[in-house]
Amino acid sequence: MKILVPVKRVIDYNVKVRVKADQTGVDLANVKMALNPFCEIAVEEAVRLKEAGTASEVVVVSIGTTAVQEQLRTALALGADRALHIETDLTLDSLQVAKLLAKVVSEEQPGMVILGKQAIDSDNNQTGQMLAALTGMGQGTFASKVVVNDGKVQVTREIDGGLQTLELTLPAVVSTDLRLNEPRYASLPNIMKAKKKPLDVKAADSFGVSLESKVTLLKVTAPAVRQGGVKVESVAELVDKLKHEAKVI
Amino acid sequence: MAILLIAEHNNQSLKTETHKVMQAATAIGGDITVLVAGCNCAAAASEAATINGVSKVLVADNVVYEHQLAENIAALVAELGKDFSHILTAATTTGKNFLPRVAALLDVAQISDVIAIESADTFIRPIYAGNAIATVQSTDAIKVLTVRPAAFRAAETGNSAPVEAIDAKHDAGVSRYVSEELTKSERPELTAARVVISGGRGMQNGENFALLNGIADKLGAAIGASRAAVDAGFVPNDMQVGQTGKIVAPELYIAVGISGAIQHLAGMKDSKIIVAINKDAEAPIFQVADYGLVADLFTVLPELEQQL
Repeated sequence: MKILVPVKRVIDYNVKVRVKADQTGVDLANVKMALNPFCEIAVEEAVRLKEAGTASEVVVVSIGTTAVQEQLRTALALGADRALHIETDLTLDSLQVAKLLAKVVSEEQPGMVILGKQAIDSDNNQTGQMLAALTGMGQGTFASKVVVNDGKVQVTREIDGGLQTLELTLPAVVSTDLRLNEPRYASLPNIMKAKKKPLDVKAADSFGVSLESKVTLLKVTAPAVRQGGVKVESVAELVDKLKHEAKVI
Repeated sequence: MAILLIAEHNNQSLKTETHKVMQAATAIGGDITVLVAGCNCAAAASEAATINGVSKVLVADNVVYEHQLAENIAALVAELGKDFSHILTAATTTGKNFLPRVAALLDVAQISDVIAIESADTFIRPIYAGNAIATVQSTDAIKVLTVRPAAFRAAETGNSAPVEAIDAKHDAGVSRYVSEELTKSERPELTAARVVISGGRGMQNGENFALLNGIADKLGAAIGASRAAVDAGFVPNDMQVGQTGKIVAPELYIAVGISGAIQHLAGMKDSKIIVAINKDAEAPIFQVADYGLVADLFTVLPELEQQL
């Protein structure tokens, strides 16, 4: 079984995000970029399935400028077999991304698509579900456990009240939550080897998909800053303040 | 404008998130229809009919909707949704699961996690884990939105809207419900509680979380945890408050032994009053707390329980 893993290049999760003064977005100049953490978990899960003999090939795909090849190489160093870069300068919505990925799915015919539940920049949490809709596949979102067996996959999902397990007919789309696995670090030999693994480049406009977005970003602002209050000296003072000043108990 | 609101429920009763999404729907303005899709869900439907502002409740009562499987619910909502200008649901794990699927079937974008309505086509939502706030405008014919419940007040009840059964069975046949392990608790749900008390890594182990019980009982509070406490295995992940867990905005939030990592703050900084109890005076949680108490939680908690 082939596994397709779509990945995204995002701001590194350790970087403090700063909103640009002209309110057009977040300042990404000279900022460290990385593989989206949820995508890293998706790559790790696919590689583990290959190591367990369940999967035969792991293909990673990313959409964006030439810069995304850096993250594709990272994924190759983590154990993916080959990469596809869909090149565009445009900032796409989840729907356009899902449409491009649906084309890749019809070309590659993977047995499973594993991807991060959301990217830590746009926080949309949409692409996996949209891809599943466009391809008619079943979906197992927010996965904390994935078990493949006999043409089916059992996905344990993190839901608000606890855990839910679903069984999906393959091919299916699985989106990863944080507790699915702990991604490995790429070793130096694997980083070297990754440089020689195949990486194809295709233009986004060669897929016959409309890349036009109907959603316009009007402005980006910094969130309201919450002011710290006072320190209290004792439990008695705290209870008194909550009762008589804040009036919340 | 015609708005379709997909109710969140457990077949027996409506979740309060639905009342909060209703507030967002009212802010958009227009005729509001609520869809209750489930199995033996008549009670939840009657409850939906009592929410003020609802003009009609549609009930799709069929075994294929029992577990809110995304494939089946999305096919139903996409079919009904064609006649509406807006489709809204709560940004819970249920809503986040099926609504993007609806948007794709309707070939429109989804606006996720809306925290404020500017106008019928312009919405405000957090990005970068709440470190930036985006204002976006949609020109799609149908606006598909998930709404962050913590950002809206619950709509009042007292209405008696008509309830209409619809006969629509969508079974994609590609997914099957196997099981669920829900955390059982007598306490209010984290996202609905008026008071939340959360423990962090400072609690040291899972057993010590019992120290929060007495206080939670006295305040009618829900008990939460930081990601550090969850990752350390002290408590289950459904107790997690933060960017990747539950987003809460109670009247009173008490953070115990929590340092205040950005990802935790993103989940609770909209609380009305924040109390921080931590022995480290330099902990970032104190920068957002209305009342900070620098002390050892193991002496403070029993004292606090006694004095409440």
